[in-house]
Order: sequence, then structure tokens, then C-alpha cells
Amino acid sequence: MKKQVDKSLVIKAEKLTKRFGDFIAVNEVTFEVCAGEIFGFLGANGAGKTTAMKMLCGLSTPTSGNAAIAGFDIYKQPEQIKKSIGYMSQKFSLYEDLTVIENIQFFGGIYGLSDKQLKGKSDELIETLGLKNETKKLVSSLPLGWKQKLAFSVAVLHEPKIVFLDEPTGGVDPVTRRQFWDLIYQASDRGITIFVTTHYMDEAEYCNRISIMVDGVIKALDTPINLKKAYSTNSMDEVFYKLARGAERSG
Amino acid sequence: MADVTLNNIVKTYNKGEVKAVNNVSFEINKGELFGLIGADGSGKTSIFRILTTLLLPDSGTASINGFDVIKDYKTIRKNIGYMPGKFSLYQDLSVQENLDFFATIFNTTVKENYDLIKDIYIQLEPFKTRKAGKLSGGMKQKLALCCALIHRPTVLLLDEPTTGVDVVSRKEFWEILKGLKQQGITILVSTPYMDEANLCERIALLQNGSIMSIDRPNNIVKQFPDTLFAMRANDMGRLQNVLRSNKLIKSCFSFGDFHHVTMDSGELTMDNLEKQLIESGFQNVIIKEITPTVEDCFIYLMGNAMEN
Repeated sequence: MKKQVDKSLVIKAEKLTKRFGDFIAVNEVTFEVCAGEIFGFLGANGAGKTTAMKMLCGLSTPTSGNAAIAGFDIYKQPEQIKKSIGYMSQKFSLYEDLTVIENIQFFGGIYGLSDKQLKGKSDELIETLGLKNETKKLVSSLPLGWKQKLAFSVAVLHEPKIVFLDEPTGGVDPVTRRQFWDLIYQASDRGITIFVTTHYMDEAEYCNRISIMVDGVIKALDTPINLKKAYSTNSMDEVFYKLARGAERSG
Repeated sequence: MADVTLNNIVKTYNKGEVKAVNNVSFEINKGELFGLIGADGSGKTSIFRILTTLLLPDSGTASINGFDVIKDYKTIRKNIGYMPGKFSLYQDLSVQENLDFFATIFNTTVKENYDLIKDIYIQLEPFKTRKAGKLSGGMKQKLALCCALIHRPTVLLLDEPTTGVDVVSRKEFWEILKGLKQQGITILVSTPYMDEANLCERIALLQNGSIMSIDRPNNIVKQFPDTLFAMRANDMGRLQNVLRSNKLIKSCFSFGDFHHVTMDSGELTMDNLEKQLIESGFQNVIIKEITPTVEDCFIYLMGNAMEN
């Protein structure tokens, strides 16, 4: 499939800021993400990634600044934003005590798919993931790698404009980790924008562009190749280390 | 003598349906820094819980400092330091209160063993009145390590201490471990990060409850059976598809900005593969021979395990 040539912006953040009392978790963050782009959102622990992501998902109101997600205003249209995005994280993805098919139906229903759409989508998903014999099994009985691949597929079931992935491959074996990225590429080819955080620096290389957040601000934002050039190194690990080493809030 | 031994340990759950640990045996020498490398569900935590006397094996024997994990569990609990994968300190006690609490439980004082934790505690000291639940991830990890060390254990068991922790904190943590090793403490540490394997003296690669390989990292790398090549070109996605559909290519996995590739070297050379790729329209083709990483070996061994 040919990658959609679409330069339209799906995330536009301008001086986005979140304060908790006198603590500035996210400090005037400005960036843009294009449709279909794989955008890596990296940062040290405590840098403000999670807070920023919550604002972008419409779950937390910014203190100041502006952002439009899939064309919707972050202050006035959080509900429309929630309908236009998908989300998965390592910690929360699927209901363990529901079966594979129940999870698909539950999330499909929440995202507003009709019964007919849901039937087509779930058949397709089960086929692609090779889960035909597992549909009636509880999610808790699946190996982690399968769970994560299923969780991702469920998060993009409603063909959202953007899918937010918070450390989706944490703890996953090296082969499954790569299969997971195959799914990411496929979704990106369909025009879905991928917004992903990871602690694996090899995965940073698979992104079109990455940002590195330190102490509430975006310290660097570019393609992996340009960042390595700028910091005169051939490893992303080293780029990250050079930027985050001086962080006051790390550790 | 070995400080930690496991002989044919088997552990199953759900009435034998799930085999978490499948006939695992290994020894850790006194003062050694030993790594268990594997993904979630490979059996790492079950092994930790058996060694820390919190879980009974179905069969097999295990001991720490010569004490049996079943018969002598009380002695073992006094001698070991354990940092579970899940943060298990008291969230509503302060840094200092947690430390005092664990020292008291082990019949000692923070003062008595301060030299052992000093280098780590210095970084926590500015936050000593802060509640443990309010600390950042890296700080929690350091406090948990201090609490595990406060009674001067002979063996330190660390279950995924660096999971979810950023590159900078991970580097610091491994520096701390090196320091503790120099003080003669035997350390068993688990991690899902393959790049951390090289920081251990010996490692066991674990998958589905079984050990696939156990050796020094550089020896594991030497056992990689093929010549390994790193390749890149202008279109990495298409490059992967083209290589995988070539019958003379044995394996192709993405590794950051390169693909790692093995091939049937009787039929294919670096030069004629490069030529073929350029003929297929690739630009900026780079092919070079490289030394495998532990992750390359892990992937190779996983493939082997699946075939058998």
C-alpha cells in the first residue's frame, strides 16, 4: 500500500503548559505532527511526557497554551478528541477477565461502531492476528506479546486519526517487539498517525521524527538521522544521554 | 562454593497447565554479578520468588549460601536482600521512615551499615522527609535498593530494577551495582533490556521457562553460528521485504537504523548482494560485517527453540 501523501496537521500544540501549584510539569511546549507520521515522544522519567500526553488526549485541561488534535480544540472539544483517537499503554490495554472477542466488541461499541461494522472489523482483526482459535479465551490467558498486539489492533479498530501508544513494547520479547512495529507501520500506511513513547532507543530509529523532553520542555525535535548528526554520534542512546544527563528532575 | 544454586527447578501454575519454570539449573558464584535475561512471562519472577522462599517449587532443589530454600527459609530471609519488580515499600512513610523501618525489622540500624548505602543515599537525602509514594521512578528505585541493602545481605536479588526507567537512570543504577559487587555482594539481577546483558559477568537467556543459553556475554556472542551483516538503504521497509523474499537470506531483523541479516554464504557474497540491491533500485546501500549482540543471539535461539 502506498503511503498517503497528506501534509495536514493532526496535532498542533502551541506553548502548551500545565502547572501543579508552583511546579511546571509541562512548560510551553510547541510542536506539530503530520497525518500518517510516526512520532516518537521520548524523555527522561519525570520530564512531563505523561502529563503532556493526557492533555493531548483531552483528559487533562492545560493551564495555558493552545492545541488542536485532529482539528478539535483541546479546551472546547475534548469529547470529539476522545472519539478521534485510540490509546494503549503497557499498563492499561484490555480487560483481562473478558474474552478476546468480548474485548473487541466492548471497545468497538465504546468507539461507536455499528454491529455490522464491528462484525467485519473483528473478523478481519482475528484473521490478521491469527487468533481464530483463541476468540473465546480470556485475555488473561494470552502471552504478553499476543495481548499487546491485540491491544494495539483494538486501539485502531475505529480507524482513529491518531493512536497514542505509551510504552507499548515494555517487557515484550525481541521478536514480538519487531512484529509489533510491523503493525505500527501498517497502521501508519493506512494514514493513522502514531504517537509513541518508548525506552528502547532502537525503536526511536523507527520513528519518522522524535522529540526528547527534559524538565518539562522539548529539548530536541528532528529526524533520528539529523539528531545523530547534530550531536555527532551514531547512536540514539548517546543523543538521549547527552540531552537528559543534565536533567534536574530525573533520577 | 556457589552462593546460589538451582537444581532442576520446576514450577507450574493452574494445576500444571502453565509451566512457568521448566527444569532450570544454574549456579552463581560468590561475588558474581549474574543476569537473568528474558521477556515478561519467561519465568524470571517465579525463579526470584522461589529463591526468596516466597514460593514453593513443584520439584527440584535450590539453596542460598548453602541453606535450602524450603527447610532453612527463616535463615535465608535474614541473609538476603530482595527488590521485587513491583515497588513494595510503604508509600505513606517517608524516605527516612522506610529505611528505619527495614533496618529495625532486621535488628540493625541505618547507622551500623551506612557505609554500604552511603553513595546511593546521598542522592536521596534532599528528599528524606518526602513520602515514598511521591518520589520519581528513579528515586523510588534507589530507595528500594537502600532498603534491600540495609541489613548487609550476602546475596542481593533484584527483579527488573530498571524496567520503565530512562537511559540516564539505568546507567547510574548499573554503576551502583558495580560498586556493590566490589564490596563482595553476590548479585542476581533480571532485565528485559538486552543491552544490559553485557554489564553482567554471566547471563542466562530465558524463554518460556527454559534456559536457552548460559555463559559470559562474550562467549554467548561467539556461539552465534553465522556471519552477521548490518545493512541499510534509502527505503528500509522495502529493503526488509526484498531481503525476506530472497531465498538465500536466512534471517532479517530490524535493529534501529540497520537491518541485521544472515545469509547462505556459499551462494551469496556481500558484493553480489549489494549489486543485486542496487539493481532493484535501492540507493545509498551499506553492507558491513558486524559482531552479533546478545539480542541477535536471543532472537536466533528463540527461532531454534520454536523449531524444536
